[in-house]
Parts: sequence; structure tokens; C-alpha cells
Amino acid sequence: MKGDVVLEAENITRYYKVERGSFQKPAILKALDGASFQLIKGKTLAVVGESGCGKSTLARLVTMIEKPTSGELKIAGVNIITADKKVLGDLHKKVQIVFQDPYGSLNPRQKIGHALEEPLLVNTTMGKKERRDAALNIINLVGLRPEYYDRYPHMFSGGQRQRIAVARALMLNPEIVVLDEPVSALDVSIQAQILNLIATLQEQFDLAYMFISHDLSVVKHIADEVMVMYLGKPIESGSRDTLFRKPHHPYTRALLSATPVADPFRTKERIVLRGELPSPIAPPAGCTFHPRCPSMTEICRDKPPEPYDIDGCMVACYHPKTY
Amino acid sequence: MTETTMQEGIEEGIIDSRPTGFMADLREFWSYFSENRGAVIGLFFFIAVVLIAVLANIIAPHLPNEQFRDALLQPPFWQTGGDARFLLGTDAIGRDMLSRLIYGSRYSLFIGCIVVSISLVVGVILGLMAGFFRGRVDTFIMRIMDVVLAFPSLLLALVLVAILGPSLINAMVAIAIVQQPHYVRLTRAAVMTEMTKDYVTAARVIGVKSLRLMFITILPNCMAPLIVQAALSFSTAILDAAALGFLGMGAQPPTPEWGTMLAEAREFILRAWWVVTFPGVAILTTVLAINLMGDGLRDALDPKLKRS
Repeated sequence: MKGDVVLEAENITRYYKVERGSFQKPAILKALDGASFQLIKGKTLAVVGESGCGKSTLARLVTMIEKPTSGELKIAGVNIITADKKVLGDLHKKVQIVFQDPYGSLNPRQKIGHALEEPLLVNTTMGKKERRDAALNIINLVGLRPEYYDRYPHMFSGGQRQRIAVARALMLNPEIVVLDEPVSALDVSIQAQILNLIATLQEQFDLAYMFISHDLSVVKHIADEVMVMYLGKPIESGSRDTLFRKPHHPYTRALLSATPVADPFRTKERIVLRGELPSPIAPPAGCTFHPRCPSMTEICRDKPPEPYDIDGCMVACYHPKTY
Repeated sequence: MTETTMQEGIEEGIIDSRPTGFMADLREFWSYFSENRGAVIGLFFFIAVVLIAVLANIIAPHLPNEQFRDALLQPPFWQTGGDARFLLGTDAIGRDMLSRLIYGSRYSLFIGCIVVSISLVVGVILGLMAGFFRGRVDTFIMRIMDVVLAFPSLLLALVLVAILGPSLINAMVAIAIVQQPHYVRLTRAAVMTEMTKDYVTAARVIGVKSLRLMFITILPNCMAPLIVQAALSFSTAILDAAALGFLGMGAQPPTPEWGTMLAEAREFILRAWWVVTFPGVAILTTVLAINLMGDGLRDALDPKLKRS
């Protein structure tokens, strides 16, 4: 990998305690169980996986809404676990987030203009006029009209709201933007517009994106690097082109085979996974994917596989498909 | 590239051209509120009571404590022996009932306002803290509120007044304390619902501090149920104050407070029906009007009942 690393995660985990009534010990839910990755200036890391695999937990850790249970998370070279409050405050400004649901992510009682100015109001000493100018500038940048400044969120469509959410994330000139399924709540025709907007802004501000999604066709469109997660662990990660062309891990291959391709003449190898995602409270021993894996053998049950390099991809599997 | 995205954004067009601002909100509110006829009647009655209270010294034919020694226990004017000077008759020491009732409305509204303000402000702050910080703060506040709720409310108010000493102010404080838990619970529940929403997380990521988050981001979104509760407990406050007055623990004679008037008239209940009936009717109609109005408010403010 090349370029400026703005965020580095080393084996970060996040466990939750789950109370199970007075007579049982609280269980440990391993929402995220050891993830390592880097975010690079101007590049997009896509995080892919089915519901409950820890994607959103990862987003909460990277945006510092929650602290990791263990591991190292460095933003701009500073470890956020050991950093003092003042430094942490500055780091907070560098990471912003865009949520999935544009209907829940805007305060219904706050005018758009005020929502955009709030980051400046609480973080900087800018005057009223400057803030207003900055807000109007960004409104223009995300393709909205200046007269929207005085409107309430309920007057906008989903796509427009998502533009506003993107605009708000950019108000503090962040270096990293976490996009937590930013288009999955939108109409397909609007999805493309928002994706284009996101791509344009990345170019313009040299942003590092962490793009969380379960839609592989969207990921293929926007990502530079892809990380596939299963039950709190990244199982395969690598550059988009290698990963989409030569998926090694059986789970990645199953995911890719489930994506519809608009080509009626292509014969498709359809891998159907059986069973459900196991509970993260009691994950299967060994490789967590083994109960659903088509190429499972004895060793998969005993020992979790360590990720290792195959053609530039980090794969955690004993039986990867080789090309 | 920038050009095209901008273009696309504008072509999406204005989805909603409804007018904004306070007047539009008010108009929408009225359209829901006016569907409920009882609520409108209640509102007009309440406005009338407010006007009577404000203009008491112009409307009232006499002063509330002015005694007419020649007219003790005079019946209302339409009964034999009635006097046109005293439209609703006089009480045992010759004070004009109508004037006392008119001045009494001032006390009732005053009690309602003060009690609601105290319990609303304190309740909102405690509820916000409980819902926002959760954990130990939450447990501590809510258990205290549960203890307060465990007492029959009037009994607790009586005990408090007995400790503080009987007076109108102390009665109001006691009633405010008794009503507190309802506000705390309501606020806490609303805050907990709002806390799970993404906009709160977004505000955190932006760097909004706790205090601003509580009062500026979350609180305005919790106001609808609180307004309804405030309207309904306004009437409870009047009722409780009247009950305390009746038991001799609220406003002290010769204050023309409705409950106190009832208490003073107790011994004449068989001889002179008007001295007990009119204060009772005054309390009844005012409380009824406010309750009807509160129901209308709930219909108008509860988003679950709204047709979009």
C-alpha cells in the first residue's frame, strides 16, 4: 500500500457485556474480534459483510463514539486509547460519519442551515457571518440550493437529506469520512447521484473513506480496497480488482456469486450458503465460518486460521481457492 | 464532475413547498385542534376564565372581602329574598359570592401556573439527566420518584403542608413535589427514545458537548408529551389546591380561594345551598375545560395520531 496513512487499526476488538438475568453470568458478545486495516488519503476502503458481522461496530470505533476493548487505533499517528482529552478533541474533528438512514440522522427541529453551522459553532470561534457563508458554500457544493438554508429536514426527499448529511460531515474539513451504508436506504436512481457526489468530494478534498456496505455492486463502483467481514473478523481483504476477479475465501466467493450481474449470457456459478449467521455470543470454535463452509475439513473446527498473503490479498482460510 | 452533480441536485427539484415558520406550524396545529369540538369549547372557556381573572377588579361588583352586615346568607337574586346587588347571593358574613368567585379565579390560575412551572422545570431537568446519563444517576433519580409515586398524592401533599405549615405557597410547593414524578418519567422515556436516533450520535461526532446535546439537541424533540402533561396537570393542581384548601391546609381564610370558600361554607350546606354549590361548580367547570383542552392538545401534538 502506498500514500499517506491517516488511520491505522491494529487488531482492534470490541466486546459487549450482555446481561442474561440475575441468575446467569453476563455473556460476552464479540461484536468485533480483531480487525486490522489502514485508511489512506484519497482512497476508499470498503467494508463488506452480512448483517451482524460487526460493520457498524467498526464504524462506531473509527468515529470514536466508542472505545475499542483492546488493540491499537491510531489516527494521524496518535493512539486514541492513550491520547489525552485535548488531543482527542482535535482528532474528533478529523473523523466524521454519514449514516444509513437519512430520516433519522437529521434533527427534525433544526433548520438545515443551523445543522450545518453547528459543527463550526461548537468547535471554532468563527463569527455568525463566516459560519453562514461556510454553510452556504457547502450547500452549493453538494448540489443543493441556497434557499434550503432556512428549511426543516421534513421538507426534503431522502436523496436531498443524504446530501445534507454529507455536507454536515464535511463542515469541519475532516480527513476521514465513515460512510455507514450511505446509499442503501435510497432509491436506485438516487444512489448513483449520491455515489457520484461522494466520489467528487473525495477527489476535491483528498478524503479517506471507509465505506460500509452490503451491496457489492456499489462497492465495486467506489472502492479501492475491500475488506470482507464475517462474524466480527475480517476474513479477506485486498485491492478491489484482485478481490473481485480472484476471490479466495469461500465466503467471499459465495457473496460475489449472490450479486446479480446484468449479463444474460454469462453462466454463473451460484454458491448457496446453508444455515444462519451464528450468534456472536457463542461463535463456533476454530474458523467461525466452518459450519456453513462448503470446503470444510477437520482442521477448520480446531484452530482459527490466521490471515496470510495470497496474491496481495490477506486471506484467513485453510482452503482458499487458488487461481 | 462537480457541475453534473450540482445539476442533478437541482433537478431533483423542490419536493415540498409548504410554507415554513411559526405561523404555518400554528395553522397546522389549529387544524388538528379544531377537529375536536370539546377541546375548542374547553379552550374558549379557559380563555374566558383567564379574562375574568385579569379583569377581576373591573368586572366584580364588590370587593372580595367587603362585608355587608345587612345581607347575611342572602340567596341568589332569582330566589325569594334575593337582592339584585348580590347576583349569586352572599355568604355567612355578608360577602358577595360572585365577587369572591371572580377574584378566586385569580388564585386558581396562579396555583396552576406556579405548580406547572415548578414541576415542569425540575421534572424536565431530572428526567433529562436520568435518560441521558443512565446508570447510577438514572437509578438514583427514578427510585426517589418511585417512592414519591408510592404515596397517595393528596396524602403526601397533606403531610408536606403539615411539615411546612399551612399556606397557599406551601400548598403549591407540596403539589409541585407530588406531581414531579410524572414529568420525570415522561421526560426520561422521551429522552431515551431520542437518544437511540442517529442525529444524536451525529451531534456527538460533530463534537457537541453533553449540556448542549441535552438541552438544545434532544429536549426540543421531547416537548409534545410534556406540553400535554402540563395542560392536564394544570387542572390537577387546581383540584389538589382546592382539596388542600378545603382541608384547611391550603390558602387561609379570608382568601377567596375556591377550595377554602367551600370549607368555610361547609356548615351551611343544608341551609344555604348557594354557598357550597357555586365554588364547586366553578372548580368543576374550570377543571373540565382544561382537561378537554388537554385532550385536544394531545390529538394535535401526538405524531402517532397525525395523518401525514
